[in-house]
Amino acid sequence: MDESHSSIDVSIWRGDANGGFQSYRVPSRSDQTVLDVVTWVQRNVDPTLSYRFACRVGMCGSCAMTVNGRPRWTCRTHVKSVFQESKLEIAPLSNMPVIKDLASDMRVFFEKWTRARGSFAPNRSRTKAVEEIRPDTPARRFADEAIECINCGVCYAACDTVRWNEDYLGPAALNRAWALMNDVRDTAGRERLEAVSAKGGCHSCHSHQSCQAHCPQTLNPTRSIAGLKGLSLQAYLRGEIKP
Amino acid sequence: MSSTSHAYRRNTLWNAALVHRLSGIGLAIFLPIHFLALGLALSGAAKLEGFLRLTQMPVVTAAETILIFLLVVHFLGGLRLLALENGPWFSGQRRVALVAIGVAAVVALIFLVRLL
Repeated sequence: MDESHSSIDVSIWRGDANGGFQSYRVPSRSDQTVLDVVTWVQRNVDPTLSYRFACRVGMCGSCAMTVNGRPRWTCRTHVKSVFQESKLEIAPLSNMPVIKDLASDMRVFFEKWTRARGSFAPNRSRTKAVEEIRPDTPARRFADEAIECINCGVCYAACDTVRWNEDYLGPAALNRAWALMNDVRDTAGRERLEAVSAKGGCHSCHSHQSCQAHCPQTLNPTRSIAGLKGLSLQAYLRGEIKP
Repeated sequence: MSSTSHAYRRNTLWNAALVHRLSGIGLAIFLPIHFLALGLALSGAAKLEGFLRLTQMPVVTAAETILIFLLVVHFLGGLRLLALENGPWFSGQRRVALVAIGVAAVVALIFLVRLL
């Protein structure tokens, strides 16, 4: 980007899935994020522009959008790092229905999270003492890493297996399942393993590693899915789950 | 959605998956032809010899070289995936995929040089 320019031209998706890009001229600022650009358009040009955000500091996972063809968290994406060939194109996340403008419908994403048994099933009630968990065990290390997911949907939007197979649970849901499979306090391991081993589960992953390449938290869902594949195979060989 | 809607695919491992898929399809097409060619031996040596003479043609030599590349890259790519999915995770997948493609290219080149 030429810093001497006082404004940048931005294309923003407007409407539903049948909509199109509209061009806007936005003042250029140093350290401007993509979310800043979208916010400026909404506050100064068109208040009907719809998009989603909350924390603005990369914690909540609400503001993910497609920026120049790649899914990104927009609150932590500086314009100067993505401004290619004088073009900035902002669209809603892929692989989900478009509600309006930059807001994708994430219901399927979270339904799959539920389908993958993403809920913690505790082995103790609140009346019992908190269980001591050693942080240096391999299982806890896996769980600690995978649990950092903020459910932004970037990996889901970057996954071609999701694009090709609507049954596929996707990287985030499977990563969550892997986190819980490594949590010694959880009691739903077998049901979860059956859920993620079924059609559309971990065995559908093609290991493209696009989820890892795009995860803003630098997590590695492909490794989580590979771990689930291993657990699934072991359970099958032991006769605990059926194909 | 736009001309840049598939920009996320521009990474080495996505392309490694593409090469793996295309080489698999190429080998699947080749194998029936290979068995048909071998089957010519059942009809007598003359028929097989006649077919084998076709392999002297430059275009067939080029096709064989490409075939060797496909075979090696699919074999090595398959080993990488088997290790990734069934063994302990190892980082540097991008490098391993590039090495697989490089080794396949070198093997195909050696094959070509030996033929010429």
